[in-house]
Order: sequence, then structure tokens, then C-alpha cells
Amino acid sequence: MGVVEPLMPPPVRRIDVDRDPYIAPARQAPNGVALASRPGVETHTSSRVRERMAIESVWLAYGENWVVRDVSLPVRRGEVLALIGASGSGKTTLLRSLNRLTEITAGAGRSGRITLDGQEIHEIEVTELRRRVSMVFQQPNPFPMSIFENVAYALREGPSRRRRARRSQLEGEVRDALRRAGLHDEVADDLDRSALALSGGQQQRLCIARALAAEPEVLLLDEPCSALDPISTAVIEELIVGLRESVAVVIVTHNLQQAQRVADHVAFMHLGELVEYGSSEQIFQTPIQQRTRDYVSGAFG
Amino acid sequence: MALAAPAAQPSGPPLAAPPRETTASWPLADRVGYWLCWATGVGLCLIAGSIVLVMFVKGVSSLRLSLFVQSPAPSLHQSQAGGFLDPIVGTLIVTAIGIAIAAPMGVALATWLSEYRRPAWLARAVESAIEMIAGVPSVVLAIFGLLLFAHGFFGFLSQSASNGTVTGQSFLVAGVIMALLAVPLVAGATGEALAQLPARTREASYALGKTRATTIRRVLLPSILPGIASGVVLGMGRIIGDTAIITILLGATLKNEPVGELPILGTLRGTGSTLTSYVYNNSPAGEGNAPQKAYAAAFVLLMIVLALNALVTRLTGPRARRTDTRPRIWRLLPAGWASWSR
Repeated sequence: MGVVEPLMPPPVRRIDVDRDPYIAPARQAPNGVALASRPGVETHTSSRVRERMAIESVWLAYGENWVVRDVSLPVRRGEVLALIGASGSGKTTLLRSLNRLTEITAGAGRSGRITLDGQEIHEIEVTELRRRVSMVFQQPNPFPMSIFENVAYALREGPSRRRRARRSQLEGEVRDALRRAGLHDEVADDLDRSALALSGGQQQRLCIARALAAEPEVLLLDEPCSALDPISTAVIEELIVGLRESVAVVIVTHNLQQAQRVADHVAFMHLGELVEYGSSEQIFQTPIQQRTRDYVSGAFG
Repeated sequence: MALAAPAAQPSGPPLAAPPRETTASWPLADRVGYWLCWATGVGLCLIAGSIVLVMFVKGVSSLRLSLFVQSPAPSLHQSQAGGFLDPIVGTLIVTAIGIAIAAPMGVALATWLSEYRRPAWLARAVESAIEMIAGVPSVVLAIFGLLLFAHGFFGFLSQSASNGTVTGQSFLVAGVIMALLAVPLVAGATGEALAQLPARTREASYALGKTRATTIRRVLLPSILPGIASGVVLGMGRIIGDTAIITILLGATLKNEPVGELPILGTLRGTGSTLTSYVYNNSPAGEGNAPQKAYAAAFVLLMIVLALNALVTRLTGPRARRTDTRPRIWRLLPAGWASWSR
């Protein structure tokens, strides 16, 4: 994976023997001017930024395998935290541990503290924790139900009256969630359509709407755009940037450009260790660690 | 856009079809093997076709509408031996009882095996038990059922004589044992469907703060209804086709004989017959010796089973463009008849 891949794939040409073969344009220098980062990153140290979750010296293991080693990070509302790193660096595992989704894998274990508003997440009832710390996955995974039911499912909890709520009682909240995810205008006419009939990008936005419906405090995104085309990706990135006002957002991404576009703070992980954490600008423009420099310049990964 | 040009060009060089693959270059053993496989397939088609054809010719020629509405009657002449109303009703009753027990049991077993399986040794034991029951010949199940249900404790399921002996033969008893035939099929189909659901479907639900039980009830089971339905239909086919259990546990009597005065319960506690036992009894091998009726009943039986098989194929067929959100089996009904949102 390179830093400055061409935005669109090169146009495919017919092979013409007489002509010179098509050569993709040379890659630009990684630290050159081409790396325009989103403006105004530093302004987000304003008072609206508030720490919600704290990861303190966390080690995570699957069986005998330590996949995350001694990582400490803050998760703040008002900003987007991006976890970057090569495959196998433990970033997805770290993300999944934030709402205890690692626990559904047998043999997963943790040491260290993860707190939500100061409370250790092991002390929060797991279903409540997951409603407060919601997650969107790499592959869009809508349920095989209607668009409406996909979102309403997230709302049906608690006392049985609410669980059995009629459609009219939930419709407002469902439409709100769809609006926040930027999907409402496209599906407003027919919420009863199957979610599986939506395009990939729409499905992913539906998953975001579903994750937002229960008003979570933290939103975890695990490579949410890796299965999507550039246009859908752009829509979702814009959405992520807009969401940070109301929820703390953590995003795992393999796409360094995406991290630059959406993140306020970036944590670079390698082989389970946190190598460097800093503002997006600092990590991409003036990385301190050699390994970070190599990674963001495309030397490995 | 420039790409589309070569395919659409009307005036290009003539397109050459790729040469047909022949077996000429194959080693002799491969060629013999290939043709044997081919011949086996054709042979099986011929056999299947002739079964349907023979039963059709024999069956339709002796099929009368009156056969469907008359009860069997004891007579030496076929013309006065009545129809097979009772066996049809009997088949329906036994199938309904059997599947009413087997469907929830099979779904529950498969769900536990696929989603919980704790402790592991118990899960393995349950799997072995299902496999064992699936492998037991139905006549062995029938004898076992007779031993069990002839016990005085189960007298309420069948008839008991004045001296307290229990016959152990009734629709209820036959239905219960028939359920054992269908349980492995329902559990197998359900387990298969659950295994095919991607892990991300479950994760999505857990990530929304749902418990395992809610996930199963609201997401997993609705998603696999077509799979469950096909297991149920297969199980029904198995029940409808069984003869040994009917002969031993239902009595295979000429008519359905209710016990006592109660209208429905009386029938359920009484003995009776089904299409399979009717075919057996009326065939030249049986005592009724009314082969015409046996052919007609066998034809009806064949049609029922073929219809069920066709239903399975429809239910499990390729999921071409699923835009109707309702489970496959509900889509036979008009849209809006029952919506997900209640």
C-alpha cells in the first residue's frame, strides 16, 4: 500500500502493439505538497473536546498470542481518532475490545484498564456498554430485513412496551438516525424495501444509521470504507467528520489518505505496540519514530 | 468508454468458436469411467421417469373421485371396498402430529448446537444422538415405541382394556415416534442454514447491545426460515412415506377407529391407517387384494411426496435478487399481509 496512490485506477486501454505500453504516472514524493491534510486540525483542542474513554496500559491476547501490548490512548468526543498500521498490528483487536466484542472469540483475554467516563467497562453490563459504544464493520452487514426494521431493531430494547413498540412510535427516531447517516433522502419513500437491495455504500450508511440509532456515546468504525467505491467512501468520510461533534469516533483504516482526511489524532501501531500517537498533521508530516516515517512513506505495510 | 468498442464492432474479423472438447485424447480408463458415469445418470433418469409413468398410468386409470370421499369397507369385491378417505385423513393426522413435535425440537436442537454448545462434551453427545436416531431403521423405532407406550403410565395416549392392558397403538403414539424420524432432518437443515449465516450478521447484532437470545430470535431464525422450512418439508416427506411405524403403532386398521366419545381426542387415541399402510394392505402382497385401489393410492402418495420435493427446491433455490424482505415461504402471500414491523 502506498501513500499516494492515484485516486482513480488508470484507465484501461486496449493493448495496441504499435503503441507504447501504458505507464501509470509516477508516484509523488510522500512528504511533498501533495499531502494536503484537512485544514483546521489543531483547532479541535477546544473546550468541546472531552475525554470519554481511556485505554490504559492495555494488553490483549487470543489464547497464548499477545496481539496488543501495553497500549494507552485517549478517546475523545469532538475528534476522530484513527488507528493505522499494517495487517496484524492489533488495531482491529484493540477497537473491538472497546465494546468487549473481543469476548465473543474464545480464549480472548485482557489486562490493563479500559474506562468509559471513568468506569471500567468490565463493570458495565455488556449489552448496555455496546449500546453506548456502537460499532460499524468492514463489510456492510445489514440484516435481511427491511430498511426500517434494520434501524428499529437497534431501538427495540429495555422494557417490553418499548420492545414491542409499534411502527408509528419508532418512525421518528428511525428517520432521524437515517438523516444523521445521510441516507434518509435516498430511501425516504420506501423504508419497507429490503436492506439487501441497497447498494454497498448505502448499506454501509444504513449500518451507520443503525449504530447511531441508540444514541451511542462512542462510535467504532472498523475499516468502514474498505469494501466501497471512491464516491461512497467520500460520502462516508464527510459523514464521519460531521459526527465527531456529537460522538467520539474511533476509526481503523488501512488507507493513509483516509486517515489524513478524517482524523484529528492518529495512533500508529505495529506488531501490537503503539509506536506513535499524535495529531494527524504531526504523524503524517513530521513523524518522530523511524517506523512511523517508513510506514507513512509507504516503505512497508 | 473506448473499451466497449471491440465487442460492439459489426465489421470485425469472424469470431472462431473454441474447439469442442472430446474424450478422444483421454486415457482409456478415463473414457470408460466417464461413459459409465454418464450411463448411470441416464439410467437413473429412466428409472425415475418410469416410476412416475407407471404409477401415473396405473393410478390414473383406477382413480375415481369417489375414492377420495369414501371410507374403506370390508368386502371381497373391489367395487364395494370403498375409497381411501380414512387413509388420507390418517396420513394428515400422523404428519401433523409428527411435524408439530419435530419442527420445534429440531430447530431448538440445531440452535443450541450451533449457537451455544456448552459444555462441549454434551454438544458432541447430542450430535451423536441425532446421528444415531437418523440411522435407526424405523421398524426398530416402532418396536421401541410399542414397548414404551404399552406401559400403563402412557395409557392416556392409546386405549386400555378393562384389565388395564394398554394397546400402545394410536395416532398420538405413531405421531410421537414419527417425530423421531423427522427431527434429524429438521435439525440438519436448520444447523446447515445457521452455519451458512456469516459471522458478521451475529456480530452486527451483538454490537448493537443485543443478547445472544435476542439475536437468535429476532435475526438468526427469521433469516433462515427458508432453511427451516425445507427441513420441515423433508421431514414431512419422511413421515408420509413410512410404513413400519404405521403398521406397528397405528394398527393399520381398515378405518380410523375412535376411542370413547370425545370427537377429536377419541380419534387421536384410536387406531387407523395411512396411505402407505393402505397401499400395502391392498397390494397383491397384502390381505385386501384390491390392487386397483393400491395403485390409485400409491399414485396419490407419489404426487404428495413429489409436490413436497418441489416445494423444497423452491424454498432452497438460488436466492435470485431478494428484494422482498419477507421469508421465502411468506412470499407466497400478498405483500403487506404481515409486515415485519407489526
